[in-house]
Amino acid sequence: MEHIRTTKVEQVKLLDRFSTSNKSLTGTLYLTATHLLFIDAHQKETWILHHHIASVEKLALTTSGCPLVIQCKNFRTVHFIVPRERDCHDIYNSLLQLSKQAKYEDLYAFSYNPKQNDAERLRGWELIDLAEEYKRMGVPNSNWQLSDANRDYKICETYPRELYVPRIASKPIIVGSSKFRSKGRFPVLSYYHQSKEAAICRCSQPLSGFSARCLEDEHLLQAISKANPANRYMYVMDTRPRLNAMANRAAGKGYENEDNYSNIRFQFVGIENIHVMRSSLQKLLEVNGTKGLSVNDFYSGLESSGWLRHIKAVMDAAIFLAKAIAVESASVLVHCSDGWDRTSQVCSLGSLLLDPYYRTIRGFMVLIEKDWISFGHKFSERCGHLDGDPKEVSPVFTQFLECVWHLTEQFPQAFEFNEAFLLQIHEHIHSCQFGNFIGNCQKEREELKLKEKTYSLWPFLLGDQKKYLNPLYSSQSQKSAVLEPNTVSFNFKFWRNMYHQFDRTLHPRQSVFNIIMNLNEQNKQLEKDIKDLESQIKQRKNKQTDGILSKELLNSVRPESPALKATLSLKEQALLPVNDVLRTIEGSSPADNRYSEYADEFSKAEPAVVSLEYGVARMTC
Amino acid sequence: MEFAELIRTGQAQAELLRGPEEPPLRGTLCITGHHLLLSPGPQATPDLWLLLLRNVDSIEKRVAGDSGTITLRCKDLRVLQLDIEGVEATLDIARSIEALSSLESVITSFPFFYRPKGLRLGDAWHFHPPECYYKRVARETNAWRLSEANEDFSLCPSYPRAVIVPRAVDDSALARSARFRQGGRFPVLSYYHAPSGTVLLRAGQPLTGPQKRRCSEDEELLRAVLAGARPGARGFIVDTRSPQAAKQARMSGGGTEPKAAYPGWKRLHRPLERGRPLQESFVRLVEACGDLEQSMDRWLNRLESCRWLSHVKETLSTACLAAQSMEQEGACVLVHGAEGTDSTLLITSLAQLILDPLSRTMAGFQELIEREWVQAGHPFQLRCAHSAFSHARPKHEAPTFLLFLDCVWQLGRQFPLSLEFGEGMLLALFEHAYASPFGTFLCNNEKERCLCEVRTRTHSLWSGLRQPKEQRKLRNPLYVPNPLAIWPSAEPQSLRLWQGLFLRGTHPPEPSEVAWEKVWQIVTDQEKTEGSQPTDSASEPGP
Repeated sequence: MEHIRTTKVEQVKLLDRFSTSNKSLTGTLYLTATHLLFIDAHQKETWILHHHIASVEKLALTTSGCPLVIQCKNFRTVHFIVPRERDCHDIYNSLLQLSKQAKYEDLYAFSYNPKQNDAERLRGWELIDLAEEYKRMGVPNSNWQLSDANRDYKICETYPRELYVPRIASKPIIVGSSKFRSKGRFPVLSYYHQSKEAAICRCSQPLSGFSARCLEDEHLLQAISKANPANRYMYVMDTRPRLNAMANRAAGKGYENEDNYSNIRFQFVGIENIHVMRSSLQKLLEVNGTKGLSVNDFYSGLESSGWLRHIKAVMDAAIFLAKAIAVESASVLVHCSDGWDRTSQVCSLGSLLLDPYYRTIRGFMVLIEKDWISFGHKFSERCGHLDGDPKEVSPVFTQFLECVWHLTEQFPQAFEFNEAFLLQIHEHIHSCQFGNFIGNCQKEREELKLKEKTYSLWPFLLGDQKKYLNPLYSSQSQKSAVLEPNTVSFNFKFWRNMYHQFDRTLHPRQSVFNIIMNLNEQNKQLEKDIKDLESQIKQRKNKQTDGILSKELLNSVRPESPALKATLSLKEQALLPVNDVLRTIEGSSPADNRYSEYADEFSKAEPAVVSLEYGVARMTC
Repeated sequence: MEFAELIRTGQAQAELLRGPEEPPLRGTLCITGHHLLLSPGPQATPDLWLLLLRNVDSIEKRVAGDSGTITLRCKDLRVLQLDIEGVEATLDIARSIEALSSLESVITSFPFFYRPKGLRLGDAWHFHPPECYYKRVARETNAWRLSEANEDFSLCPSYPRAVIVPRAVDDSALARSARFRQGGRFPVLSYYHAPSGTVLLRAGQPLTGPQKRRCSEDEELLRAVLAGARPGARGFIVDTRSPQAAKQARMSGGGTEPKAAYPGWKRLHRPLERGRPLQESFVRLVEACGDLEQSMDRWLNRLESCRWLSHVKETLSTACLAAQSMEQEGACVLVHGAEGTDSTLLITSLAQLILDPLSRTMAGFQELIEREWVQAGHPFQLRCAHSAFSHARPKHEAPTFLLFLDCVWQLGRQFPLSLEFGEGMLLALFEHAYASPFGTFLCNNEKERCLCEVRTRTHSLWSGLRQPKEQRKLRNPLYVPNPLAIWPSAEPQSLRLWQGLFLRGTHPPEPSEVAWEKVWQIVTDQEKTEGSQPTDSASEPGP
């Protein structure tokens, strides 16, 4: 690679982010075409994908070397000290180049090869089939139909080819409406609630300005309303704060005038825009990256970042949406400005609250494919995949994942997947290792020929399904259950496992999840053993129908028999090591605790403030 | 009984609201000397609802038309609302509750009347008496002995009869050291850490005063501690006050150990909040937790400004400091603040939980609380007289014990497999410390408990907790013995608000309760399948 000048630097120090004692690991730093790799003296490897790098910073030279601070999009922060400034400079320059690619073709996904043949790759891409999903929802039906208006991306470039619209909405109405909507994103179906016959529809803001009207658009909304026989009125949710929406009117955009549309109930829900969210996250990361953070600074930082307030706003909007459908059987049209950020958040979360299917592993993949990928959430711009406008970057999808995490906390049994699943997805929206999140809309993805040149993430996640299962999930109690989260402020907590995912020292040292997972597996295994044994006994018994069953024979089939016992205990042993791993990470060995500065204290004359860190350095993985 | 004078009404019809999730109870309300009873009639479940009046922290009455409403805020942080028919009845009931809940006499309190089925008075007061522990240490180390110098509580009224001291120090030296320490609390052993051969001690502050008095016996005692540990061992004195506060204490007769007089010992100051500021922190947190309507910003602001989690952080890291000094530095540690009955005990008991696997078992934890809190002279009666809702002027109240329980809860969250007891145990201890039918937390120290004959006339909480029906609530289903020390993280990102306690009054019970039920089920399934064998019908030959 032309950007790499130095591929290997020795004697590099890796500082612990939260240590006040400057304790470090010494090792070797390698720079490859795709990763930055650090191997410490204990042969522990730290891999950092270039695409994950959000910023690289070279700090002022110190006596021990040149510090290099790398912040990643998955919230990993590493602090290296490179002995020679030249090496540091080379690596710094290389990383600057490598982390910001100019062309899609240079992204990792186009070179990543998981050793699958073409047929397997294609099957992977076909794993999630949205046509199938609409069928599952119950469309097309007598009120909703598949429209071919956008088959060639003629009406709206950022929508998928296949769109579902009310049956009574003719093509001219659709075309007319699309001209009245920002970026041509006219109202289409996002989710259909079969038993309530109500729909979630989505679009962008109308180009209403101060007084403009569009009869086709008004007709289309009426058609959506009429497609719901259960309710006369429908809601139009503008997810922006009222002030922002009003300001847009001056630019010839704006929101629906209730007088012009019959039977709509208009509602603002006040989620802030991408720029506010970006700087909010920035503030949050500044706060929790502080060394020696006090409890008070942490909470006042959490407050002033506004992050949890924004999360709550998104959640409240989704609850409003779900209630309109579940309680009032009213259809809802959701939009924001362009209808690809806040609208995606609210539509997908609302569907998740309404439909238990989306709370399964596969259903969640479908939900992301539908409301985010196909409807044109601009993943490449929001995640900064390419070197582009930093003002387009925003953690909109991260917020969605965080809302889902909050739901999993409130409803520990409602989700088939666990936190690790959410974290893994978050990892891959930035990794560019798979094709799913590359590009900003379906049209762009087709042009990039992603299905031919890259792999889909979903089959890999499904293959690893075991890691992502929630052991407490109970599918029975979830049948048709609508989640009604409580959004009282107490319920929103800082998501430590996301924002400190790689700061192992801050985490619980033992995982309840793993142990329950193991217990569950053991239970299943043991139950199966019992069944096997019982059926063996029955077989033997049947053979001995003459009634000349001898005691010895009987004994030989009972678990006490040495042969069978051996197989049983073998199976147990196979499961046990996992437990042992858990057990060994529980406490900490003296070597792990930063104690050296304390010993020094002893010899000093002055009683100084002793700063000790506790329970640190439990590298649990 | 003189209670009769305080009970102003026989009975009344009332409806009881116990929180957002539970259905209201309607029935006949009546007051006895120790309880508020509501009987919804024989068909209802439960057929009787009971509230210990001592549990009432504040009472608020409102009358409108011909009925009234009484809001009872309990010491265990629950909030109850009673809608009562009749204005007169409402006022009478309110007055009776007010009078009866504020009775201060110990020997007329409910534990002296409580005679539960299945327990006999005179049953073992505790199953692992602290003396056993001390005897074991004395046997193992040969450097310590059990002293009965305090048999009549003359040396130190807040110590138990038997204390453990260095073998090299005789009883008369103890007496002189006691006179040199506040409250007579001379240094005694709290915990012996066998792997490193070091000990944890606690005491009251030395009474050096402005004249910088010294006491050679006290100095000798601490010298003997180091001599009894491994050769060359040194010691840390963890003072739970700031250097300024410690210096100031000298003006009023207290002070710190002068460095020159205690060779080998090094003093460290780790200021911990205590007394009224701590109580205020508790009150403000509970206040914040009672407001369901507040915005996110307001909530975070109040969570910060009440400072409760800061106290948790400081406490945990100081306990870790003490534990690390022992385990890794191989140093002996003496902990004291001023009186040595509050923050001192916080540190010594938490340090043991971190280091000692035995103290993390059900029995070990109970023994720890009996030894390091009850018998070590934490003044429960004074500290837990009122909880967070009381309008009474705070005198000696402070939620030190609650802070301890919160820290243990944090430990349990970070090491969910290493504690044999669960959140239910901590909640139970909190409730019983503030209002209990058992005698364990009565009075302020052993001397008072002896005078009141608590041991012979009341039941011990420990026997109460041993009853089989309590076990599922108290135990941690996932417990696996862990022989290692458990070092918690005290970073703010790692600490959490104890919702199960602080939000219990306003918040529907966390759905995690349902999840824990499922965990229990998985664990018991596990035990069943592991223990089961093919059924008899399948294994026996047919007739």
